[in-house]
Amino acid sequence: MITLNVNNRDVQVDVESDTPLLWVLRDTLGLTGTKYGCGMALCGACTVHLDGVPTRSCVTPVSAAADRKITTIEGLSPDRSHPVQQAWIELDVPQCGYCQSGQIMAAAALLEQKPRPTDKDIDQALSGNICRCGTYQRIRAAIHRAAELLTPRATQSS
Amino acid sequence: MSLARREFLRNTALLSGGLVLAIHLPGCSKPQSVMPGGNLDANAWLKIGADNSITFLCGRSEMGQGVYTALPMLIAEELGVAVSRIKVEFAPAGEAYTNNLLGSQITGGSTSVRDAWEKLRKAGAQARVMLVGAAAEAWGVPANTCRVEEDGTIVSPHGKRFTFGDVAGAASKRPVPEDVPLRDPNEFKVIGTATKRLDTPAKVDGSAQYGIDVRLPDMLYAALAQPPTLGGKLVSFDDSAAKSMPGFKAAVKTASGVAVVADSWWRARKARDALKIRWEPGPNATLSNAAIFGGLERASRQEGKVARQEGDVASALKAAHRTITREYRLPLLAHATLEPQNCTADVRADRCDIYVPTQLQLIAQSTAAQAAGLKPEQVNVHTTFLGGGFGRRLDVDFIPAAVEASKAVGKPVKLLWTREDDTTHDTYRPPAFDTVTAGFDRDGRLTAFRLHLVGPSVTARLFPAAVEKTIDPFAIEAAANYPYDVPNILVDYVQHEIGIDVGYVRSVSHALNCFVVESFMDELAHESKKDPVEFRMGLLAKQPRYREVLRLATQEARYGSPPKGRTHGVAVMEGYGTYMAQVAEISLEGGKVKVHRIVCAVDCGQVVNPDTVVAQVESGIVFGLTSTLWGDIDVRNGRVQQTNFDTYRLLRMQEMPRIDTYLVDSREAPGGIGEPATALVAPAICNAIHVATGRRLRSLPLARHKLAWRST
Repeated sequence: MITLNVNNRDVQVDVESDTPLLWVLRDTLGLTGTKYGCGMALCGACTVHLDGVPTRSCVTPVSAAADRKITTIEGLSPDRSHPVQQAWIELDVPQCGYCQSGQIMAAAALLEQKPRPTDKDIDQALSGNICRCGTYQRIRAAIHRAAELLTPRATQSS
Repeated sequence: MSLARREFLRNTALLSGGLVLAIHLPGCSKPQSVMPGGNLDANAWLKIGADNSITFLCGRSEMGQGVYTALPMLIAEELGVAVSRIKVEFAPAGEAYTNNLLGSQITGGSTSVRDAWEKLRKAGAQARVMLVGAAAEAWGVPANTCRVEEDGTIVSPHGKRFTFGDVAGAASKRPVPEDVPLRDPNEFKVIGTATKRLDTPAKVDGSAQYGIDVRLPDMLYAALAQPPTLGGKLVSFDDSAAKSMPGFKAAVKTASGVAVVADSWWRARKARDALKIRWEPGPNATLSNAAIFGGLERASRQEGKVARQEGDVASALKAAHRTITREYRLPLLAHATLEPQNCTADVRADRCDIYVPTQLQLIAQSTAAQAAGLKPEQVNVHTTFLGGGFGRRLDVDFIPAAVEASKAVGKPVKLLWTREDDTTHDTYRPPAFDTVTAGFDRDGRLTAFRLHLVGPSVTARLFPAAVEKTIDPFAIEAAANYPYDVPNILVDYVQHEIGIDVGYVRSVSHALNCFVVESFMDELAHESKKDPVEFRMGLLAKQPRYREVLRLATQEARYGSPPKGRTHGVAVMEGYGTYMAQVAEISLEGGKVKVHRIVCAVDCGQVVNPDTVVAQVESGIVFGLTSTLWGDIDVRNGRVQQTNFDTYRLLRMQEMPRIDTYLVDSREAPGGIGEPATALVAPAICNAIHVATGRRLRSLPLARHKLAWRST
């Protein structure tokens, strides 16, 4: 048995210790918001937070996630109220939507580190997240929008 | 509650029981009358519940292109309610959901809005007339004195109110009006307004259900071992090592390989990898790209089936003062949907349920029925959200193994391909070897244009009956409709099969043919010593919609005055009833092409959801940009060499150019928007490369020419 803390809840799972965290989340715990895209940390669809750090769960053995705080898209907010989710809704970012859990988790982690990211910061932080529908332009705009929602400018004067 | 209303409710409750109004739209006959009670759900498009719910059964698949919102907008416009009042459910498989433009229940060909344009507005109008009629009768007032509020309330001239739910039962007793007036486009309240996508909330909190997310009680998981050589066959397998692995349930021989079933997918996959399998490589044991292209080149010596003929090209070329002939080649491409192919099947003695991200429900149904040994009507198709479609899910090759595995183990089974399975067992975009010839007269006028297309046919494989006697219409797009004013035109197509399955890929043959035609038009402009835009405009005098998009795109891009160090290239096309022009702005950095900006002007007729149109243009451009830069499937000894996103590259954030989209205001009938933008990217970029370097690229991708820019 391995004890995990997922979205602020302790759970015990009976799986081989080398099982990727992704499949424990999806198949064992039923948290299917985190997606499988490549299995090799190439596409970012499986991105979750481990102690706040964006992590590719498809190549993270579940044993490496024990005793750490795991946050998935389901745990980002209870009601889509996280500024990144709000900005995503405001700008209608998703198309097919399959990559968006990973994009949102990557964006949320970026904003934790850099509340006012530059375009270059976004390029670096999101370079590992593929969107086959090509929503990158909106993702970029939505991250800037989320930054505004997170820390409104004191004044809007010119 | 007023007396009248209580009376009314009682009466309708007594009379109708079911209290539901359902509008049906059989694919090929007139609307049926409403069926109160009984099997109300069967084949309905629109249901009004006694609980005041409004449900649209979406007969098209949502794969990002926005049908989940655009189609209810058509209903809402005529029903008179806000789009947000409509709940969307995916429809089952049914003839009633036939796409009249494609002849089956198909999501593809950028047809969803075009097919639905009349019929869904009519369905909304019919429901409104019946609901208002029932309310008016109860109140004893003329129907035309009542109005509908956007929350679905009917208001009498005296201020009395019924909800749709109150009168749904009574409405269901009324005849379905055949001739309903539709709103004048100038009075549209919903159509043409930027409307929030109805599927966005579920796509930002992880709750949207894709095929891969299906979970059923008692469900098992499967991974599939397929022949590594395309067209290969299973000889035998040894599962003794797999059997001792945790969670292993069964190894099932299926028509497409060995399905390994376990209690989790990861365990199934590990057990699959532990199988010892003997494969027979089959007829493609020595097949390579060189052989494929050699075959296409040889086939190009044949005459093709004529797609377009005007004047006499042979004579015109003989008489020409100067002729120019060029050859263009295009590679095989993979679809690379981010959600790998999957299907969940639950086979019972007398029925089968499949949960599947598919673009064609009826064929999915008959395919599953055959694999299960059941009749099609015993198979229920549950369409999920699609994690990308791009034409990949117009194939059903991933369905039978799930059904066979479920049947063998007697439990529901979710079968999921790995990324590597997906890349190496795709149905690839047809390669092409095309020859194009032009003739000029002594005065430099273009007198002859001949386009000779060669490639395998997707339609001949998927829908052979459709092309038995005719040319494949999906091989000659953006070619047969050559828009330029040339007196002698011949476009023909040689179908040449290559031994492996080819499939429809976003923009289909537009992406092949637009590259050839629009690159070659640039060559001809250069040969004529004319600016490429001026040259095109001179030959488009009779094509106002082409001219307008070309004018708008070049104006917005400041064509002719690119920023220092950058160059512009253009392309223009009509496809799916949509007219489009693009200007690519590029530079060379360290000898590699960097794409800075793409400006796209679009005339897609009447726009339904403008924000979705812009999104689809951006999406289509990224798709085209990815294939222009890197798209290249390499077959060696019958095996596809690309496996994952390290070897089959897709565009990433840091490689994303700025895209600016401009819409032409139009009241023409809607055109398709999911695909056309993909096709113009390669020629626009290659034309800009010619300006920058003098190099004319007649094959793709840029990576093959060592020109693909790669960010650090």
